[in-house]
Amino acid sequence: MTDITLNPPGSESHAGKRPVLNSGFNFLRFRKITEVGIKSIHSHGLRSLLTVLGIVIGVAAVIAMLAVSEGASFEAQQQFRDLGASNILLKSVKPAEVEESSRSGFGPPQAIVYGLTVADITAIRNSIPGISNVISSRIVKKNVWNGGLNMNTDVVGTSVYYPVSRNYNLRAGRFFSESEMRDHANVVVLSDEVAQGLFPIDNPLGKSIRIDSDYYNVIGIMESEGFSNLGQNQAGSSNSAPSRIFIPFTSSKSRFGETTTRQTAGGVESETVELHEAIIQIENQDGVIEVGEIIDSILERRHKDIDYAIEVPLALLRQAEESALRDQIVAGAIAGISLLVGGIGIMNIMLASVTERTREIGIRRALGAKRRDIIMQFLIEAVILSGVGGLIGVVLGIAIPFIISAFWGMTTIVTPLAPILAFSISALIGVIFGIYPSIRAADMDPVEALRHE
Amino acid sequence: MLETNLSTSTNSDSAVTAGREVVASLDAIRKTYFMGALAVEVLHGISLDFYQGDYISIMGPSGCGKSTLMNILGCLDQPTEGNYFLGDEDTSKMEDDELSTIRGARLGFIFQSYNLIQQLNVLENIEMPLFYQGYSEADSHEIAMGLAARVGLQDRVDHKPFELSGGQQQRVAIARALAVDPLIILADEPTGNLDSKSGAEILNLFDELHDQGKTLIMVTHSDELAERSQRWVRLRDGLVESDDRHNP
Repeated sequence: MTDITLNPPGSESHAGKRPVLNSGFNFLRFRKITEVGIKSIHSHGLRSLLTVLGIVIGVAAVIAMLAVSEGASFEAQQQFRDLGASNILLKSVKPAEVEESSRSGFGPPQAIVYGLTVADITAIRNSIPGISNVISSRIVKKNVWNGGLNMNTDVVGTSVYYPVSRNYNLRAGRFFSESEMRDHANVVVLSDEVAQGLFPIDNPLGKSIRIDSDYYNVIGIMESEGFSNLGQNQAGSSNSAPSRIFIPFTSSKSRFGETTTRQTAGGVESETVELHEAIIQIENQDGVIEVGEIIDSILERRHKDIDYAIEVPLALLRQAEESALRDQIVAGAIAGISLLVGGIGIMNIMLASVTERTREIGIRRALGAKRRDIIMQFLIEAVILSGVGGLIGVVLGIAIPFIISAFWGMTTIVTPLAPILAFSISALIGVIFGIYPSIRAADMDPVEALRHE
Repeated sequence: MLETNLSTSTNSDSAVTAGREVVASLDAIRKTYFMGALAVEVLHGISLDFYQGDYISIMGPSGCGKSTLMNILGCLDQPTEGNYFLGDEDTSKMEDDELSTIRGARLGFIFQSYNLIQQLNVLENIEMPLFYQGYSEADSHEIAMGLAARVGLQDRVDHKPFELSGGQQQRVAIARALAVDPLIILADEPTGNLDSKSGAEILNLFDELHDQGKTLIMVTHSDELAERSQRWVRLRDGLVESDDRHNP
């Protein structure tokens, strides 16, 4: 091209093209500025990504942690609810010093007597009004046989009210009755696990199982859920709870007696425990924590050693709720810190961007950009950065609980509030930490800015 | 009203300017810079009238106050004393927002180093002043396309500045300066970064703008460049040394 010629005038005519009055919010302006912001962020891809990492981690962490703690607290509450909110659980526990000497294996054969007694229960019943029921249980570890199949399990001798007290339901058949209790009947209710172990193919109902030399008629099967993990260290039970079978209390007492003997390194040891477990049901749930304290003091008076444990599910539930709250506060604090760090990261990069683009700011100012146009431009850019970070964080934060659930089997619950809250906070962080760099950009002297190299 | 100021202006040929509108008027402009306790007066009282269709070169040695005067003419800086009328508006007491508006609406800038925005393509660069004036998207597009064609870059509207030669970039800058149909076009050493051929093309464009009745004010060192204009203003030590008209 040798010579540039201007096209004839007339094409320059601005007739009919009037500027729109630019007062108030203008969507076109907003969109254009947003486009410019996206372009600028895009042109520094890696830098932008590293910048938003803090926000990503913060948002993902808060959602994931809330999901885990929400899930844990849900599980705990479910568990304690299953134990019964109006129940107090008593358990016999082998006293610590006895445990110690029997472990060491020295000394003469020991005969240990410990734990809860029927007299304890009577004393409790007599001194505290408002106890609706007490379900006492004996738990003995036995080998249980069906022909050639056998399982080592806890045989629980208990009362007819046991399933009701624990919100524990039958899958099939029935629990034993008052008359069977009276008759010391040889009837048994299996837990789901034991039923499957001993009767892999056929229906156990109506069949018999053998414990020691006695045969017991299977009359029911319990659901597998609903046991607590609490008190696993109780006397006679080392296994986890679900592997249990239930026979009438009277049958347990007459068939197995109160004393168990076992071979130890130092000789023979015998343990005598009258009751392994008692569930005390209170009429009024509101008083359950106080009643628990009274029972504790009664037992303290009656026992020389601490050979019992007391658990109040409602108190544990309250504790679980408190600890869940504590978890959430910790999660919130960690998230807050990482969001703060993320925000500082954004501010840092925005300041760098403002310095880098000083010339551009000068050009824009010369071409008619007002201070607030420049503020808007950098503010929107900061919000895009933190918003994109927040969005990635939300996606990760929702994905991580799924992964945790899939690999560790933990219950996780993502409440809809968590992602919304986390995302809003991240956008807010963008505004807060974007304000200072934006104002700095807008306050630049146009002449100085244009001279900037 | 402004015609009465003519006596304060220098030895412009009143026969040439008769009947023409004054588009910009500097009235006893002083500019003092403060560097800590030190006050340095750069302009010592400059009065000039610029008429519709003038093609002016502002010349002078380094440090004579050319740049300061240019910044004041461009409403990028405010005089310490005196009044600067652009059209019928006194800009010397304007707030920052008003100055931004008047820069965007009344002035077109052409810089030595083009000053295009690198992330934006040719069309978007030309549209930018229109955007800040709040033109609709369709109008901006139409105006910018027309101007791109006018400077011979209709085939390059999608290109980014770094994909263009210096001369082409300066033509984009000229198109951008014309976008809002400004009262005055201010050019600061417009050919300073260009080879002589590209420089000549730019000057040809200026001639055409002048022929179309645009008002051009150009700051330059170069007498050769100034040759093309019809009014030479020489500054020395912050004062107008000479103000001559001639018709090349």
